[in-house]
Amino acid sequence: MSVTTAAGPRHGDYLSINYTIRSWFLTTDHKRIGVLYTITLTFLFLLGGAAATLIRLELVTPAGDLVTSEAYNKLFSLHGIIMVWFFLVPSIPTTLGNFLIPMMIGARDMAFPRLNLASWYVFLLGSLFVAAVVILGGVDTGWTFYTPYSSVYANTFVMATAAGIFITGFSSIFTGLNIIITVHKMRAPGLNWFRLPLFVWSLYATSLIIVLATPVLAIALLLIGLERLLGVGIFDPALGGDPLLFQHLFWFYSHPAVYIMILPGMGVTSELITCFSRKQIFGYTFVAFSSLAIAILGFLVWGHHMFVAGQSMYGGMIFSLLSYLVAIPSAVKVFNWTATLYKGSISFKTPMIYALSFIGLFTMGGLTGLFLAALPVDVQVHDTYFVVSHFHYIMVGGMVTAYLGGIHFWWPKITGKLYPEKISQLAALTLFLGFNLTFFPQYILGYMGMPRRYHAYPVEFQALNVLSTAGASILAVGYLLPIVYLLWSLRYGQNADDNPWKATGLEWQTSSPPITHNFEQTPTVTVGPYQYSPENPEEFTPQGGQHD
Amino acid sequence: MAHQTDKINQHIVPLKTNLIVFAALMGLLILTVVADLVPLGGFNLIIALTIAIAKALLIMLYFMHVRFSSRLVWVFAGAAFLWLGILMTTLGDYMTRTWLAGPGSL
Repeated sequence: MSVTTAAGPRHGDYLSINYTIRSWFLTTDHKRIGVLYTITLTFLFLLGGAAATLIRLELVTPAGDLVTSEAYNKLFSLHGIIMVWFFLVPSIPTTLGNFLIPMMIGARDMAFPRLNLASWYVFLLGSLFVAAVVILGGVDTGWTFYTPYSSVYANTFVMATAAGIFITGFSSIFTGLNIIITVHKMRAPGLNWFRLPLFVWSLYATSLIIVLATPVLAIALLLIGLERLLGVGIFDPALGGDPLLFQHLFWFYSHPAVYIMILPGMGVTSELITCFSRKQIFGYTFVAFSSLAIAILGFLVWGHHMFVAGQSMYGGMIFSLLSYLVAIPSAVKVFNWTATLYKGSISFKTPMIYALSFIGLFTMGGLTGLFLAALPVDVQVHDTYFVVSHFHYIMVGGMVTAYLGGIHFWWPKITGKLYPEKISQLAALTLFLGFNLTFFPQYILGYMGMPRRYHAYPVEFQALNVLSTAGASILAVGYLLPIVYLLWSLRYGQNADDNPWKATGLEWQTSSPPITHNFEQTPTVTVGPYQYSPENPEEFTPQGGQHD
Repeated sequence: MAHQTDKINQHIVPLKTNLIVFAALMGLLILTVVADLVPLGGFNLIIALTIAIAKALLIMLYFMHVRFSSRLVWVFAGAAFLWLGILMTTLGDYMTRTWLAGPGSL
């Protein structure tokens, strides 16, 4: 049965109910806050991307001829800091998460709407610190702030950057708390835990990590401040401290943070794969619990970043073993998505191209993660481009691809407009091609021994570096095209139906764009998610009982 | 059921209870100082940590109202402690660094 109705932007929806600037900056509507975050993050992504562009241009030639080594240090630091803390960590939870979670569970808003708005302002404040650092002269510690360089020797704006990240951490915690409590307390009648869309499960697991891990990062940054400003000996061996203690504290947050970044992407992928193969997800319970398993196991592996840093050999062995374990729930997801595709009625709409790209790129990033979890291999490739490529396959190939897939999938719901399909498909394919051309050569470079974080390199590495930079220019087109045509669609795009994808989730059973309180009346959920029929792609059973 | 409006925790702790807990905390504080003055070798640390845990439990249970909250709050409070415990396993690195000759040995 189809539930689509002719619609489009309509009077009274959350976008058109009030046009004043004040109504946006003081809004407590989760949808508007999601939009505010999306705009903010897009600017930050472009800033981080600009730094990456300069890095790749510098690496076209073996000589360090475009920027000085100091400037290069600042470029990769800025790129990492912005992309990790000011784009990837907040990306899906604050944008799609904010917009969709209340709608997916049939609620009118998040549990704490004011806290939600506060999180955006706190995030802005943290971002301003980083913007100030960029203007004042940058920071050169890398995104990892390793001590004692950061706490004693670095002569750049370390504390201002750390303060920005410290402040932004509170914004993350606000969002995480809000999601956890919203999911616990505000589900519609009949929506038990095993009827929740997998996107909600993944965001719930992500929020648990955010709430539990972020304070540790805050402590680590605070301790850098204590040592740098007051000379309290914590990390500096000259003052009786231990540099590795910082790495323990830093990675206790920052490794789980990898799962903060990737789990939401997995949630988006689960939604896209089912909808565009018109099939129920294979092994719903396994996929749901694998999110929690990743969240928990992700906390037990931080020491694999320190295999050659001076950590105990026994510690290294245990962390190596534990790191293998995370691969299990990750593989559960990949195999279940693949099994979902089997005998599905697959259509290659843009979101699906992104979802399939995600599976391929994440698998490559994940499998090379296993190489790195193996102690002897890591000793060989530690701090080389192999590692750089590995985590870009996960975070950019995986997460950013899933983010774009999600943005395209829910664009009609968010804006009430359809994006142009053909050029979007072209952009998605461009991204896949450009990404692989950028980062696959980096695996080989790393294997050959090219270290990361140097602006000059031996001439035998040039051909692969040129390939990588050429790929980056294609990748840039893959990122810029969606910005152009999505903005274009806001004015010139066709009006979207309420449910253009014939999807089952509650969010598709209200208008596009939704009204301020999401639903005319609270829906009652009678069935689980993803009731699609591959035999008849037009048929599906929506989760709520509001429409028929 | 999720949609049920859970009764907001309106439990009001009597002033007497708060005062007793406060007195207990002050007593434990004095005990911490006294215990530190008695030389017991390695046991000093164990005693100090035990008293600290007791103080933290009193604060969580009474001042933070965990004792009067739902099971779900208990689970989350317990999880926070579990996570702290995981962080403390970092000590394993320091204790085993000298066990094997290698890059990690001091």
